[in-house]
Amino acid sequence: MTDASRPLLTVDHLTMRFGGLVAIDDVSFDAHPSEITAIIGPNGAGKTTVFNCLTGFYKPTEGMLTLNRGKRSFLLERMEGHDIAGHAGIARTFQNIRLFSAMSVLENLLVAQHRSLMAASAGSFAGLFGLPSYRHAHRTAIDKAKGWLDRVGLTHRADEDAGNLPYGDQRRLEIARAMCSDPVLLCLDEPAAGLNPRETQGLNELIVGIRKDFGTGILLIEHDMSVVMQISDHVIVLDYGRKISDGTPDQVRADPAVIRAYLGEEDEDTAVTANAAAGP
Amino acid sequence: MTATTYDSADTKARAFPWRTALIEAGITAFIAFMLAITMVGIHLETVQGGLAIATRFADVVVAIILAFVGRIGIVAMREGFPMVVLIGGVAAAALGLLVPPIDIVAAVLQALGGEAPPATPVLQIMQVAGGVILALRAAWLVWRQRGSRESQDERSRSLGDLSARIQGWTGYIGPVAAAFAVALPFLFYDRATIDLATLVLTYIMLAWGLNIIVGLAGLLDLGYVAFYAVGAYSYALLATEFGWSFWICLPLAGLLAATAGLILGFPVLRLRGDYFAIVTLGFGEIIRVVLLNWYEFTGGPDGISSIPRPSFFGFAEFTRSPDEGVTAFHDMFGLEFSGIHRVIFLYYLILVLALFVNFVSVRVRRLPIGRAWEALREDDVACQSLGINRRNIKLAAFMFSAGFGGVAGSFFATRQGFISPESFQFIESAIILAIVVLGGMGSQAGIVLAAVLMIGMPEVFRELEQYRMLAFGALMVIIMVWRPRGLLAHRDPSVRLHPPEGRRRLWSIGGRKAAEPAVSDGAAQ
Repeated sequence: MTDASRPLLTVDHLTMRFGGLVAIDDVSFDAHPSEITAIIGPNGAGKTTVFNCLTGFYKPTEGMLTLNRGKRSFLLERMEGHDIAGHAGIARTFQNIRLFSAMSVLENLLVAQHRSLMAASAGSFAGLFGLPSYRHAHRTAIDKAKGWLDRVGLTHRADEDAGNLPYGDQRRLEIARAMCSDPVLLCLDEPAAGLNPRETQGLNELIVGIRKDFGTGILLIEHDMSVVMQISDHVIVLDYGRKISDGTPDQVRADPAVIRAYLGEEDEDTAVTANAAAGP
Repeated sequence: MTATTYDSADTKARAFPWRTALIEAGITAFIAFMLAITMVGIHLETVQGGLAIATRFADVVVAIILAFVGRIGIVAMREGFPMVVLIGGVAAAALGLLVPPIDIVAAVLQALGGEAPPATPVLQIMQVAGGVILALRAAWLVWRQRGSRESQDERSRSLGDLSARIQGWTGYIGPVAAAFAVALPFLFYDRATIDLATLVLTYIMLAWGLNIIVGLAGLLDLGYVAFYAVGAYSYALLATEFGWSFWICLPLAGLLAATAGLILGFPVLRLRGDYFAIVTLGFGEIIRVVLLNWYEFTGGPDGISSIPRPSFFGFAEFTRSPDEGVTAFHDMFGLEFSGIHRVIFLYYLILVLALFVNFVSVRVRRLPIGRAWEALREDDVACQSLGINRRNIKLAAFMFSAGFGGVAGSFFATRQGFISPESFQFIESAIILAIVVLGGMGSQAGIVLAAVLMIGMPEVFRELEQYRMLAFGALMVIIMVWRPRGLLAHRDPSVRLHPPEGRRRLWSIGGRKAAEPAVSDGAAQ
């Protein structure tokens, strides 16, 4: 933890309305560098909407999103989507994997380094004529991609189409691709969805390794509690767009509001059972 | 492999399924009848004082018989009798060559007391071609010792492997093709061939230009001809109004067209897919309508005539008797004057321009901007999440594409010497797009092949006269059935981590299997 007093990301009174529907209602939380912050909640609680607001896919109706990167602060709600990724340094993965499936694994990782390579190619002219400065940048980019391929164990499949990889490999490649853009905050949207227990274990190690080696703050949406409880430092629980709990995994697990959200009210539960009994 | 051999031995023992064969052949014959009765059976003839309907029922009968027999051949092939089909196909082709089928029908008709119909060569060609195709297919089966019961999937995969290998060979085919293109004017020293080659090269250049926006960036541009028109009119107006030289106007036309691309690009930035296609279609038409109606500026439907021809890089003119103080090309090189010099010069000019476009496209594909284009095609949401500015990337694709179109347009103007809005109709956009799609989106070599087919074939089929477009359409349908993703739809990564494995794969016979050692190599590292 570099500077505990200054969080990496501050979400202040975030509200997102779609017409009459309130998807997120006055949610505030912080995320710190080198910490894994998990956002959990039942389906439709507004978790992915929070991500979409953070990464500029939606413009929040109300609220302030501040990202502190080094000495600079970025007001995310005023930035364009590609600048949030490029300047502020927020990278994300998607619930339904979004790889460039007809491009090779290596190319996927190079596209992620578009900004630095584009700067090196000086508006494509240096690249078009193959100037040494560009060639050097290109080699550096490939080395970095190689490093990530080794980390996620895909070096031997580097030249295959990303779309031909097995599901678990695609998940890991998407995380590697996001990391290739040098983010300070990595947002993972259900990274363990569809993975078997062994792959999930590997994913946990990958995420923890990223935090340890790069000091990246990680924001994690996940349904798989074995992931959330094992690796997160901090858990935020959303329900119907509201934050109902916030704390360490153990605190959250014991919070009656959370139990209610996941399992339903005591009396409601009995009512359902009674109905079911009376039904036939 | 051994299993399939047993399999085919198995099928050989089986009796020929006459029932299925006859039913299928009957259906085919019926479809042939329905098609042929109107398309072949009835035609209009000019008689004194107007038109009259004439009939060619003998041709219809022949067409139906050919379809029937051909279908039986296909069934026989499928059921594991390739040898019979091979012999039958060769026999049919030979018979077609010796005796036109129409003669046989005519003889029968005459014997029955009918009238002898006029001979049409097309059915003979169809019989020979059909026989040869069946025989070749059967020979392939005999050679592979198996029935053609492979699935569509398997076939497309094996064709995909083939195209991957062809794509790999383009490293060697490319220079050979370029050398052939350079030698072409000397191999065929006649005006018609060189003119046709120039036309094909113009379309290759246009298609390579369009490929940037359609094949790489994945934006379906239906109005590409607009940029072609901007380039052509830029040169025509600058040359006729201000007397500027072609060599100054050529890059200028490209820049103006690129600017037009930028201006047209802005409003369509937010659009995707079908909406994008419709708006670009509209822009193409707007440009044409403006050219047609802005009479004071563009000459409207009259067009612009006597556009200056290019000089020999400003050193000499291609004229028999040049003006005072101007050198003539033939004097400069001490040749006899000939009109073909300029034709050859124009041919080399478009060759160089096209190769330049190819060079830039191939280079750009390996640059960050080229990769961003392809990423945009694959998933533009992911692009944004990686910090790629979609607006700039799209506009860059528009500008590159439009600029090349403009250069091609100014070449067109100087070659024709006359342009009018007639030359820039939607059908041109459609042809260029068809070349890109037919070649396999994003494939440089595929585009060359497709342009030769699309532009060259109608010229070759000219012999067939009125059946020209029919034959052309049939060819298109056949290609789309066999290669729905384009002729050479294989995509090679722009950069490889394990290049030696890639090379080895080209030369091995079973492309897919040979990739496996590469995997283990990689794992060992």
